[in-house]
This record gives sequence, structure tokens and C-alpha cells, in this order.
Amino acid sequence: MTAIRAAALPRTRKRGQRNLVAHLFLGVLILYFLVPIWWLVVASTKDASGLFNGSAGALWFDKDFALFQNIADLFTYNDGIYLRWLGNSIFYAVVGGLGSTVLAVLAGYGFAKFRFRGRSFAFALLLGSVMVPLTALVIPTFILLSNLGLTDTIWAVILPALLNPFGVYLMQVYAKDAVPDELLDAARVDGAGEFRAFRQVALPLMRPALITVLLLSIVGIWNNFFLPLAMLSDTHLFPITVGLYLWEGQAAANNGGGASLWGLIVLGSFVSIIPLIIAFLSLQKYWQGGLSIGSLK
Amino acid sequence: MANAPAVAAQSPTRSRSTTANPKRHSTERRRQRVGWFFILPFAIVFVVFLVAPLGYALYLSLFSKGLATGTVFTGIGQYVTAFSDPSFLKGVWFVVRFAVVLIPVQMAVSLGVALVLDAITTRFARFARLMIFLPYAIPAVIGAIMWGFLYSPTFGPLEQIFGAFGADAPFPLSPENVFGGLLNVVTWQWAGYYMIIIYAALQGIDPTLYEAAKLDGASAWQVALRIKIPLVSSALVLILVFALIGTLQFFTEPQILRPSANGNISPDFTPNIYAYTQAFSYANFNYASALSFALGIVVFIAVYIFLFLTRKRGNLFS
Repeated sequence: MTAIRAAALPRTRKRGQRNLVAHLFLGVLILYFLVPIWWLVVASTKDASGLFNGSAGALWFDKDFALFQNIADLFTYNDGIYLRWLGNSIFYAVVGGLGSTVLAVLAGYGFAKFRFRGRSFAFALLLGSVMVPLTALVIPTFILLSNLGLTDTIWAVILPALLNPFGVYLMQVYAKDAVPDELLDAARVDGAGEFRAFRQVALPLMRPALITVLLLSIVGIWNNFFLPLAMLSDTHLFPITVGLYLWEGQAAANNGGGASLWGLIVLGSFVSIIPLIIAFLSLQKYWQGGLSIGSLK
Repeated sequence: MANAPAVAAQSPTRSRSTTANPKRHSTERRRQRVGWFFILPFAIVFVVFLVAPLGYALYLSLFSKGLATGTVFTGIGQYVTAFSDPSFLKGVWFVVRFAVVLIPVQMAVSLGVALVLDAITTRFARFARLMIFLPYAIPAVIGAIMWGFLYSPTFGPLEQIFGAFGADAPFPLSPENVFGGLLNVVTWQWAGYYMIIIYAALQGIDPTLYEAAKLDGASAWQVALRIKIPLVSSALVLILVFALIGTLQFFTEPQILRPSANGNISPDFTPNIYAYTQAFSYANFNYASALSFALGIVVFIAVYIFLFLTRKRGNLFS
């Protein structure tokens, strides 16, 4: 995957200038992409008055450093509902992510390595479903689940998240090339059943793509907003995204009294992005390698 | 009883028509059938959470519910209503215009950055790649909340910057600016993700191609335009399709920015917000189902037109 690049090109002056321009271009972009995050860090340390008319403006620290007070407020407000939301988000993302990945790995392997009757039709159906806008499914799924009495439960968030047609497609593309038929045949000759051949031969070979699909689906569920917003009305079941939306609505509804709530929203946003940012920085290898699966043939 | 001879006559012909070793053939078929067991768990989820909701929504959308009339079958009546409902059409028109402007902008940014990052390999470039990708790890809800604050004409940084020149800060969510204001939020959120996909595809190109091009006297620009971009075109089409599908279902960002926009983002701003409002503010589930379905149809048509135009229908997923 990491091709050795043609190294040690002759360094001319023209090339040096071009590199300077490229670095300036990247510098400007870094600034653009980091400004909102920088603002969030700074704003998390301000108290309610500092947030709206701080002495040093929106992009610099106020003279009062209120971060620790804010953290205490955030974790105790409304009996610590924020921690509950954070826990819910982690629970939905991990359970839904693991579940959808298991289904995707099995199905991707099935599509890649077996020629059963109805395969081409089923695969065409799968590809068509990648094009179905998932949010267009939210309201129909809500109506269906509400007839079954399942809305406003954790199942209403977890079960629909198991549907990941793109994950199946990625696993199929990967398994087709990464798992040689000869190896599977050898395992069968040795008397391994189909499931054992899958577990002991194919699964280890599919691991890089598996981790990518797992990461992508965890991020997808963690960031999801429309589905839990439609499904849940018990605030104790909310994930962090819907919880922050609830606070935003409350803060906007009573402008003056909402000031302190805005502070919680800001710090709550900051705290909730920390786990994913850490995960991304530490698992770089996987998402970078894996994202090319779907696009390279 | 009359069937018995026919059955008896059939079986020898069948075994003769198969190859020399019929037993082996049928075990092979049985083995291939195991494939279904691997697909089965996903197939169940697929049927329950994709086919069933769509079928049920289609069914519901064929009825309409009135206080006086009760639930009556109206056939395609709801769709006629939807496609002549100014609120729905306005929303569709908005997301189509938004997609037409957003996608080229986003594409230009992500392709440009990916080409630069592919060409230089300094530590700074690696750092830049991470920072530009970072917004992907941030939920759209939080991205929209942050930009909502930054856009504020009273306590955002714009006020400071423009105030220093004695001018009034522009409000990016005013009726004239809201298009650009949202464009910026979405580009910020997604450009890095698309950049990484293109970058990964660029890294997969065989570097000996560049050597050959250099021997032929090609400049860096020519290498980028004639070799790199054509070779990552399937990655480009893939992410264009994703961007198109994503943009037409636009929901989270405008929904979050509504309280900050002083009424400039209406409850029928995009088709999805409109369907959500119909379902959860007016409990009009039949019409909401029809709207969801109609939006799905619009997305399908748009993707199809796009794939037709790029003539990639055959090779996108092969």
C-alpha cells in the first residue's frame, strides 16, 4: 500500500518556490479548519458573561478563567444528565458499530466467495440500496417501529443502525482480492467446515478492512442526529447530539435566562468531541489505509 | 399414480446430463449455497429496516387521513399534492441549487488539497492532512453550533473584525447570505473527508508512471492533470455521488442553525425538514411518508442523471 516514492529529486530554485506557495496554501487551510475548534477551546473557559461580551473578543481568553467551574456545572446540571448522554452515545456507537460490522463482514464474505443462486440479484439490490437516502428511511422506520411499540427505546436507535449496505460493499470488494480461493480450498481439503474456514483463514486476512468499516460505522452512529431525534422522546435515552440540540432549543427559547445554558452547550460540545479526536489521531493507520478500498479497483 | 413413470423416466436423463461425477457436482452446489448463511443476518436487517419501511411508507402514502373523512384511499393523490406543494418544491429547488454550487466548490478544495499533499511529503504536510481531516470527527450538530456562534453579529469574531474598520458585521444567516453561510459550514465539515479519500487513491498510483512522464518532459501540472486526476476519477465519481445524496437530504445543519437564524430558516427550508415538521409537528404521517418517498425519488433521479452524465454507470461499482 505504501509505494516507495521517487525520492531525492533535484532541488531547483523553482521547486523551492513552489513548495513555499504550497506550504502557505496549507497554512491558510489549517487556519480555516482550526478556527472553529480554537473558538470552542477558548469559549469553554469563559463564564456566561465572558461568552457573550468577553474583554478579549470571541477568539481569545477572557480575564476570568472559568473552565473548572464550567466542568463542575456541566457534570452536575440536571442530576448529571450530560454524563448519561455521553454514556448513551458511547453505548449506541459501540453496540451498533460492532453489530453492523459483524453483519457486513459475514455478508461481504458471502458475496465475495460463494456463487449461490440469486447472488447477482441480491448484489444488485445491495448496490441499489447504497443510493437510498438513509434519512428518507427515518420517518417510515419511525412509523413502523411505533406500530410495534419500539420507539423511544434503545432498540429504536440500535437496530436501524445495523443496516450498513456500504460496509457490506466495502467488505465484498476487499474480501474478493484479499482472501485467495486456493487458501480456502486448502482449508476445506484439510476438513475444515465452511464456518471454520471463514473464521480461521478469511477473517484474519480481512482484518484491515474490518477495522475501517468498524471505525466508519462507529463515527456514523456517533454523529447521527436525525434518527435518534425522531425515535426518542425520553431525555434519559438521548445521545449527546440530540441532548445538545435539546439544550440549544431551551437556551434559545428564554434568551436572558438561557445564558448559563449556552455555556454548558459550549463546554458540552468540547468535551464530547475529545474521545473521537483521540480515536482518530491514534488509529490513523486504519482509516487512511481503508478509505481507499472503495475507490480503487 | 399416472406421474410415476414420468418421474422414473426423468431421473436417469438428469444424471446423464450432469458431468461424469454427479455427486461432486451437487456437493459443490450445496457448498455454494452456504453463501446464503453468511448473507442471512444482513439480509434480515435489510428486509426489516429497508424494504419493510419503504414498502410501508409507500402503502401509507397511498392513503390520506382527514378529520371528517377518516382514512381513505387516494392513490397517487398525496404525490400530486407533494409535487405541487410550494413548500416541498421550494425545498427541493433549494437543495438542488445548493448541491450544484456546493459540490464543485467542495470538490475543488478537496482535490486541490489532496494533490498538494500528494506532491509534498514534509512533516508540515502530514500535520496539515490531519488538521484538515479533523472536522470529520466532529458531529455535524456540534459543527453547526460552533459556526452559529462564530456567525453571531453581536458576539462573534466578525463583529470584532468589521468593528475595527467601523463597519457593521455581515450576518451570514440573513436571508441573502444564508445560502453562503450554510455552504461554508458544510464545506468545513466534509472537505477533509473527501480529501482523504482522494489522497488515499492518489497514494495508490504506481510511481513509475511519474518517472515515465518526467522522461517525456511532462511538467508537474501536466502530471497532475493528465495522470493523477484521470487515475483517481473513480474515487471522484464515488464521492460526488455521496456528496449529492448527502446534500439532497440536507437536514442537520439548517435544523441546528434555526434558532440562531432569526427565522431565516423556515420549517420548509429543505424537503427533509419539511417532512420532519409534517410528521412531528402536525402528526401528518401519511403526508410525511409521501414526502420521504418523493424525496427518495428525487435523489434517485438526480444520482441517475449524474452517473449518466459522467458515463460511469458501468464501472462505478464493478
